[in-house]
Amino acid sequence: MLIRLCEQLSVWAIPAVLFVIPAIGYLRGVKVYEVFVEGASEGFYTAIRILPCLVAMLVAISIFRASGAMDACVSSIEPVLRLLGVPSDLVPLAIMRPLSGSGSLGMATELLNTYGPDSLVGRIASTVLASTDTTFYVLTVYFGAIGLSNPRYAVLVGLSGDIVSFLASIYICQFVFGA
Amino acid sequence: MVNVIWLLLITSGIIYAGFNGRIEVVTASSISAAKSAVELAINLIGVMCLWLGIMKIAEASGLIKVISYILNPVVGLLFPSVPRNHPAMGAIIMTISANLLGLGNAVTPLGIKAMQELQTLNPKKDTATAAMCTLLALCTTGFTLVPATIIALRSAAGSVNPAEIVGSTLVVSLVATIFVLVVDRLCRAVWKRQ
Repeated sequence: MLIRLCEQLSVWAIPAVLFVIPAIGYLRGVKVYEVFVEGASEGFYTAIRILPCLVAMLVAISIFRASGAMDACVSSIEPVLRLLGVPSDLVPLAIMRPLSGSGSLGMATELLNTYGPDSLVGRIASTVLASTDTTFYVLTVYFGAIGLSNPRYAVLVGLSGDIVSFLASIYICQFVFGA
Repeated sequence: MVNVIWLLLITSGIIYAGFNGRIEVVTASSISAAKSAVELAINLIGVMCLWLGIMKIAEASGLIKVISYILNPVVGLLFPSVPRNHPAMGAIIMTISANLLGLGNAVTPLGIKAMQELQTLNPKKDTATAAMCTLLALCTTGFTLVPATIIALRSAAGSVNPAEIVGSTLVVSLVATIFVLVVDRLCRAVWKRQ
């Protein structure tokens, strides 16, 4: 029941927003079309300003992945994570999650296909994917758009969140769905 | 910190590839990543325009003021440095709402808008303010009620009950969000002293 409600909510949310905001605007005497275009014109420049930041970050992450350095990193921290109760098949996902959205989506798809979506590993992988966002993408895009060069402690906070949600996904799924 | 991470990603990758005799991988992957970054940014232009346009209507009609007024007591606690009636507050609230509803491609434009508004309050334009760090912390945790992409992915993989992870996701998100907000507060205090 709650789940169906959530699904309906996600299907209706965008159409509802696109309906309600212009309708209210019109009723309040806003020249909706002209104001929309005025706002939209900022979109182009913002996206272009982000571009160099995205190139810098994606190239670095791609080199790190393709060279095999990431896999080496995974196998070196695996013993530590196993001590914390992390199934070894999920370790690559833990490293990938904050770095690349499409990469971790691909990895999770592979896990779902290998173990089945209703296995414990499949459920944990789904939860990991659903409960956090790609930290480096968010950081690059949000701070890149306003030209910040010094993010102070933001990276630290973001990554600590990734670690906690990864471990919480494992423990909570083991608790909810049974080991 | 970003400088160090960026450098480490590149140099460790190149050294590792070099020692393992697959240095050519570096060239190919860096060029294709640069290309896909442009694709990503170009794709962003459309949704940026759409949501910034809608936001502008919401702003002009006074809708954002109303929503901000209602949610201010809660969100204001998280962002004490942002004045109550500042447009940044409205943009932050819209970003958090889009995140909650799982409106994937609306979150980025709204989040950027919120950052731009916060930047107008920033005395040192190249350095992140406390409010920016809090917003980023909330967005990287990405608290969502409806993980639509994952549900679709699970049902494509043949799950009996694709939406069963909604509950576990909620609990995990809640734990992570609270943790991140606590860490954010601690860091804010430590960095202020330096």
